[in-house]
Amino acid sequence: MSATPFDLDAIRRQFPALDQTVNGKPLVYLDNAATTQKPECVIEAVRTFYRHDNANIHRGVHTLSARATDQYEAARERVRLSLNASATEEIVFVRGTTEAINLVASSFGQTLKAGDEILISALEHHANIVPWHLLRIRIGVVLKVIPVTIEGELDLGALPALITDRTRLIAVNHVSNALGTINPVAQIAAIAKQHGVPILIDGAQGLPHGPVDVQAIDCDFYTLSGHKVFAPSGVGVLYARRPWLDDLPPYQGGGDMIETVSFEAVRYAPPPAKFEAGTPNIEGAIGLKAALDWHAALDWQALKAHEAALLERATESLQGINGVRIIGTAKHKVPVLSFIIEGSHPHDIGTLLDAQGIAVRTGQHCAMPVLQFLGAPQGTVRASFAFYNTLDEVDALVRAVHRARQMLS
Amino acid sequence: MSDTQSPTAAIQTLADEFAFFDDWTDRYQYIIDMGKQLPEFPSDKLDDAHKFHGCQSQVWFDYAWRDGRIHLQGTSDAAIVKGLIALLFRVYDQRTPQEILDTSPDFLDQLGLKSHLSANRATGLMGMIQKIRSIAMEDK
Repeated sequence: MSATPFDLDAIRRQFPALDQTVNGKPLVYLDNAATTQKPECVIEAVRTFYRHDNANIHRGVHTLSARATDQYEAARERVRLSLNASATEEIVFVRGTTEAINLVASSFGQTLKAGDEILISALEHHANIVPWHLLRIRIGVVLKVIPVTIEGELDLGALPALITDRTRLIAVNHVSNALGTINPVAQIAAIAKQHGVPILIDGAQGLPHGPVDVQAIDCDFYTLSGHKVFAPSGVGVLYARRPWLDDLPPYQGGGDMIETVSFEAVRYAPPPAKFEAGTPNIEGAIGLKAALDWHAALDWQALKAHEAALLERATESLQGINGVRIIGTAKHKVPVLSFIIEGSHPHDIGTLLDAQGIAVRTGQHCAMPVLQFLGAPQGTVRASFAFYNTLDEVDALVRAVHRARQMLS
Repeated sequence: MSDTQSPTAAIQTLADEFAFFDDWTDRYQYIIDMGKQLPEFPSDKLDDAHKFHGCQSQVWFDYAWRDGRIHLQGTSDAAIVKGLIALLFRVYDQRTPQEILDTSPDFLDQLGLKSHLSANRATGLMGMIQKIRSIAMEDK
């Protein structure tokens, strides 16, 4: 691959946490699918909020409260823009994707009856399995599963036959956290629409690797986790089409989500406030705005080419190591590489990589079903890249895997 | 395993051996190699009844008392964990109940292991020490 057409050093300099040594070695941070590092502008936005503007939102008449409210609402508009939603009211702030899916399972779940079917996929993160399992226990809904191929791609041929007149929702991820597979969500949404079934997309791993357009995907629900897209932890988004937000009952009750309260009756505020009970993660939303402003200004064409180069080099080099098996070989992937070394436990590899300064995740990646299916019951080692990673870091990973393999043989 | 050394001396020997290495990669190599020296765990005991829970990897464990001293057996499907089991056994195997109870798990700090291992693994290691100590307490 030729030299990157953008200034990678300048990008890296914006991430202070990348510049450190771990166990005496330069840190190589390859756990971006778990969480991304934060650029200076995000750290600064949170700091500035606490130093100058800290107040509760939507309540006070005083200046600080107005400033905090304006910034919080500006963050909502920023998210709308980043997802290309048609209205700001369609953006609900939550803690992250897990809470977003639990919100839908809870509120949408109240419209369901025993025997109604939720269709998920074999590629899902536990966050898109367990909330539906809870509905199975509570209401008696039936969970059905779109199968996955040995490459780690969804078997869409099997999809139409899985949709019945009891299917109430399809819930799939945009990008698999465990394997990196990019799912054809627009195609799945189109099939869902043909059958008149709403669709939820778990987008936790989508936006970190490029722009997302919920109108182009044509989905009913889309979720985000701030911390995976260079923003603080504990803030995320549920995008929902406006009619859903009007029709669905609230998720939690409390302050800020009501218009009037008496002991006899409660009148809810219109969305999105209806779904945001209590004081939210204000500084998180402000950090998310800073992250998305920054994210939107990046040259995504160049960054995608760079990410593809990282994945290509990592895949080719690791495949060349004796005993390495890559788990998840889908045609369309983000730069996430899950692998096992025959005869070695993933935790051993992960520990030996950490001793060499390389941060990866090992284990089941909250996706036990798919790893069982693909023959990795002990889990995998997952190297997940962000665009701030370099080709030299890929080479450092490969050298470290070589060394770990020798040590364990 | 350590027929003559006291638990304190065994810990000191481990500390000296650890100090010999400059970095953790080499220390882990040493731990892995210790695991390879561990006597083979009886295959008929690789079952749920002998599984030690609380570890991310699989760990099997058994013990018996002979002449007032504990005889420990253990293994893991992960090489580093197996090495850590071997390390624990150097301190606790073939000890009397009193010796076990007198040996505080603080030596993991002394070896730098507690701060170095991931929280999950350190918890597993502590869990195994607690198990050995509770066995000693019961059978004292």
